[in-house]
Amino acid sequence: MTEIPEHLLKRAQAARDKAAAEAAPAEPAAAADAPASDSRIPAHLLERSRAAKAKTEGGAEPASGGGGLAVAEKVAAVVAAPAAGGGIPVGAGPGGHTQRLLTVVKSGSIQEVKAAPVDKVHTWPHLLAAEFVAALACTAFVFVFSVFVNAPLLQYANINKTPNPSKAPWYFLGLQELLTMFHPMIAGVTIPGVGLILLILSPYIDKNPSNKPEDRKFATSLMTIFLMFWAVLVIIGSFFRGPGFNFTLPWRDGIFFEL
Amino acid sequence: MAKILDENPRPTLKDRVTKVNGSVQGSQVWNSIFRPGSIFRKGYTDSPRNRSYVIMNSVLYHLHPVKVKRHAVKVSYTLCLGGLSFFLFILLTVTGIFLMFFYRPEATQAWNDINNLQTSVAFGLLVRNMHRWGAHLMVLSVFLHMARVFYHGAYKTPREFNWVIGMILLTLTLLLSFTGYLLPWDQLALWAVTVGTNMMGYTPVLGSQVRFVLLGGAEIGPETLLRWYVLHVLFFPFIIVIFMAIHFWRVRKDGGISGPL
Repeated sequence: MTEIPEHLLKRAQAARDKAAAEAAPAEPAAAADAPASDSRIPAHLLERSRAAKAKTEGGAEPASGGGGLAVAEKVAAVVAAPAAGGGIPVGAGPGGHTQRLLTVVKSGSIQEVKAAPVDKVHTWPHLLAAEFVAALACTAFVFVFSVFVNAPLLQYANINKTPNPSKAPWYFLGLQELLTMFHPMIAGVTIPGVGLILLILSPYIDKNPSNKPEDRKFATSLMTIFLMFWAVLVIIGSFFRGPGFNFTLPWRDGIFFEL
Repeated sequence: MAKILDENPRPTLKDRVTKVNGSVQGSQVWNSIFRPGSIFRKGYTDSPRNRSYVIMNSVLYHLHPVKVKRHAVKVSYTLCLGGLSFFLFILLTVTGIFLMFFYRPEATQAWNDINNLQTSVAFGLLVRNMHRWGAHLMVLSVFLHMARVFYHGAYKTPREFNWVIGMILLTLTLLLSFTGYLLPWDQLALWAVTVGTNMMGYTPVLGSQVRFVLLGGAEIGPETLLRWYVLHVLFFPFIIVIFMAIHFWRVRKDGGISGPL
């Protein structure tokens, strides 16, 4: 069963008590006073309207009954009627209720309630300006770098002349480095394949709902080890491998690396 | 005489500009180009309403909502890495189209075309440099973007699938870079790709067949150049644009970027 909020229960109890108190005297005269006493309209306003009503009735008499007066009288009659009827209205439920509380529907179940307003800013200019500056800075960097550093263009490709060493593009040099340690299928397929699949599946493996760094020390450490592992392999493959893909020291033998 | 002149003063330059401006911006052509409410139609003064219209009445609305979380605009959170990856892709498309005008994917021509581009085409060397460095930078920025997203735990609910799409985009970026690597047809290109594709041949079941299809033969040759050219300039860009569209759409659907931490 739905729990009924406490303030509604209190209100129902108060209404029940009031109805009981009104029923006890059962005096039409007392009932006539009731609307004024238990109304939520402040007393001074009621006083003012009563005075105004009296004044209209007094002042309208000499005017010998205009249309306005008829309306005013009718309204006055309607307003007076429930008071004259007094007591419990016909068709009321137990305890004098005219309404029943069927159920309480919590607001969250029928409408989307935003728990807390989100602090937002306009995309223009706050985000677009930053993006524009970033794009300009990036273009400037690539442009200036390209003015000073030329892309490599070596000799015409020759199938019969293998350069020593032959190196893959830098982002595959970690794999090439693994090739020196493992069978090609392990180094070139199994290890990178398993790594990539684990990386893809990480949101489904990592069930920890928190995104706070202090709650995810294990995930952070694991990822850092993973990234460092590849970074070290790429650096060794790029700078510490010379002819025959043998280990060299770049400051002793020079760099065997083209981007 | 002086009075007549005063009543009909010669229009100043400013008046004429205003008049021309008014007739252009009041024309049907202009109004058919810019949507009602566009700042190009009604002018821009800084107000919350106009700030919204800048996004709402332009194509940018496909990319950005009118408002974003305050923490989302902090450069220190995203380091702009995702946006820069996308921007580098655009930069690479522009420079790549330029390069296509001077390049033939034939083993007999490719190297000469690049050599001629560098020596006798205005800005040819510069544009080729930008394309190459931009490509390396894009691999780097996509990779760093992935690391950034991981360290922020941004792949967690509801963004799991966008992470998967991001991994596909990372793979496609590597493939784009790798296929482009062969195109200069110099010793560096040929042997780097040879080393790279030799590893692929060890994939169980389909490895050697896939390698054969990709290379257009058992070893790298002139056929490989044409295939990788088509893959590089059409196939992979086409695929990556589709996945980028899904990626950006998911960013918004999943409630904007993650955080704050």
